[in-house]
Amino acid sequence: MNKVIERTMIVPNMHLLKVEAPEIAHKIRPGQFVIIRVNEEGERIPLSVADWDLDTGTITIIFMEVGASTGALAELKAGDIIPTCVGPLGNATEIKKYGTVMCVAGCYGIGSIFPVARELWHAGNKIVMVFEARSSYLLYWADRYVSYGAKIFNITRDGSLGLKGHVTRLADIIHGLPNLPDRIIVNGCTYLMAHTSEVTKSLGISTVVNLNPIMIDGTGMCGVCRVTVADKMKFACVDGPEFDGHQVDWKEFLARRKQYMNEETSYFRHSEPKPIEHREGKCHT
Amino acid sequence: MSEEKQSKIDTNRRDMPKQTPEMRRHNFNEVAFGYTEELAVAEASRCLQCKKPRCKTGCPVEIDIPDFISFIVKKDFRGGIRKLKEKNCLPAVCGRVCPQESQCESQCILRNKGAEVAIGRLERFLADWEASQGEIDLPAKARPTGKRVAVVGSGPAGVTVAGDLILLGHEVTIFEALHKAGGVLTYGIPEFRLPKAIVAREVEYVKKLGVRVITDYVVGKTRSIDELLDKYDAIFVGTGAGLPWFMNIPGENLNGVYSANEYLTRMNLMQGYQFPSSRTPIKRHKKVAVVGGGNVAMDSARTALRMGAEEVRIIYRRSHAELPARAEEAENAEEEGVIFNMLTLPVRYIGDENGWLKEIECIKMELGEPDASGRRSPVEIPNSNFRMEMDAVVCAIGNSPNPLVPSTTPGLETTRRGTLVADPETGKTTRDRVWAGGDIVTGAATVILAMGAGRKAARSIHEYLTAEKQ
Repeated sequence: MNKVIERTMIVPNMHLLKVEAPEIAHKIRPGQFVIIRVNEEGERIPLSVADWDLDTGTITIIFMEVGASTGALAELKAGDIIPTCVGPLGNATEIKKYGTVMCVAGCYGIGSIFPVARELWHAGNKIVMVFEARSSYLLYWADRYVSYGAKIFNITRDGSLGLKGHVTRLADIIHGLPNLPDRIIVNGCTYLMAHTSEVTKSLGISTVVNLNPIMIDGTGMCGVCRVTVADKMKFACVDGPEFDGHQVDWKEFLARRKQYMNEETSYFRHSEPKPIEHREGKCHT
Repeated sequence: MSEEKQSKIDTNRRDMPKQTPEMRRHNFNEVAFGYTEELAVAEASRCLQCKKPRCKTGCPVEIDIPDFISFIVKKDFRGGIRKLKEKNCLPAVCGRVCPQESQCESQCILRNKGAEVAIGRLERFLADWEASQGEIDLPAKARPTGKRVAVVGSGPAGVTVAGDLILLGHEVTIFEALHKAGGVLTYGIPEFRLPKAIVAREVEYVKKLGVRVITDYVVGKTRSIDELLDKYDAIFVGTGAGLPWFMNIPGENLNGVYSANEYLTRMNLMQGYQFPSSRTPIKRHKKVAVVGGGNVAMDSARTALRMGAEEVRIIYRRSHAELPARAEEAENAEEEGVIFNMLTLPVRYIGDENGWLKEIECIKMELGEPDASGRRSPVEIPNSNFRMEMDAVVCAIGNSPNPLVPSTTPGLETTRRGTLVADPETGKTTRDRVWAGGDIVTGAATVILAMGAGRKAARSIHEYLTAEKQ
């Protein structure tokens, strides 16, 4: 049982959720995640953690509203109680002094990569951030990164900020740097991670991705999060969630992510649109 | 015929009334209804009350079987359940899921006549009778010792340890990684074989005794064993065998291929069968193959039938005689319409262009020489490959011990199989103040063995806590 301290939509469809979880806040490291159940009937969903505060005993999550469960999460208000918030799960990001680390992030990943960048900065690395979004109005938290001395690049599909195009434009950014980054870390949707890995493979830059498969227990028990890495079966929950992006079987990973797409959309077809007060300026049909 | 001349030996082993196969394959309600009082008394009266009861030697926790049965004959059910609970704190569970045919009942003298006393059914009867009486009377607790014990995992081993130690006056906290307590009894064994209300009742019972149960807490992650040792005088690790094995054959990561843990957890713990009112999505598969021959395989196959599959097959590499499942469960599955493909081994799974399973390729097997387990080992018949159209495969070939605690606890030794090293008599591990028992020590086994291990560990922990001078 965990109390919701705050839940706000920070950009369209992207929400910040702050939950009271002192034991997790005390223990969590960058790159780890929690599993949340939003109500007693709810499924268990893994969510990356974007920040934590030891003094208040809270953790902060950035999530995108995509299906039934995240839809229910997006309706939470301060003071609500969620039945499950368990963690920290998975292994932490390996933090050491690499030199220059480039963090590539999109979607919820702009939030979840924040503790990774912060910790790498504390370890003496130079941080280069690359944010990717459909348009500039979907970007957030840039100021937070600036306070850690990060240099920021943006790629937007409509060209409203930074380079115009897809994450494949990453190559242009890398070539514009005085030196190749020593390491690249990617957080975000599967396409972002897969395409970034493709770009960096040809450049020979070691690339770490933080995978986000379907999970149930998050402790190695169910095996639904299995992923092929370097031709071996791995469980993202206990062996990951971070893996070498150049070794992940992306085609398989993407297919596994989409397993319940039909069931999710059937939920939307059979559920009522949200009442006005929950829309927060979005154009729900 | 006069009364005296009538044979004293009644060989009519009383059946439990059951749902018909046609009815039960469409619902998740319990298959067997349990004995009525009349049936229980009649069955109990068949017990010969042997002077040297062999049945007791077949029980891992040495329940005083003839004694509890004699109470049923006298219709003193309260006396019977008390007797039973002296040795077994989970009778409603064990009466349902213990493999009695290879334990107590296999030793019954009446087995020679093919009519062993139905000990398991009588055990279940007493437990259910007690539950129907409303409030259960709580046993007296010893004076508080001021000692604190942490129990990791709320399965049968953990609940037994907690139940025993709380009565001895220690403060006990159970840590459970999932959101519901009960371990494999909750996430693994389906409703139709072990109703979840019964598991909840057993967990409620230890809570009423004063045990604190903390769910959503992953020891090894939320806190390590070493961190818990700062706050607790002793720790019992009962984290079970929860890391599913796969076969390492092509296509195992296709969509539609499940571990039995995933398949059963979706249905049981997450109540997938109530989708969309429960939000954990499930697929309505038409043709389901379950690989393996144990109880978990039977549970998966029978769950698939109940979820509306048109064709469900058990694929097992040995023959019917070697099925590790309880005979009763295999029979139930067969009656319900599960098709058994014996002496068959999957060699690869074939998917469509979107990564969904569409076919499985198998090879025929024959039995060769006995292997290390004493069972005749299956040998592939060359060029006997064949394919079957399937839209789901459930892999139920076993589990390794869960690695979360061993991998985060320095000095806690494991065997090559990944199980924890622990003294079989006391459950003591290679770490001071840490005990372990159940599947994490033995590898996947039975509920009653886990309980037995829990009981031994509780005894040893109590000795340690009371001998310690502070």
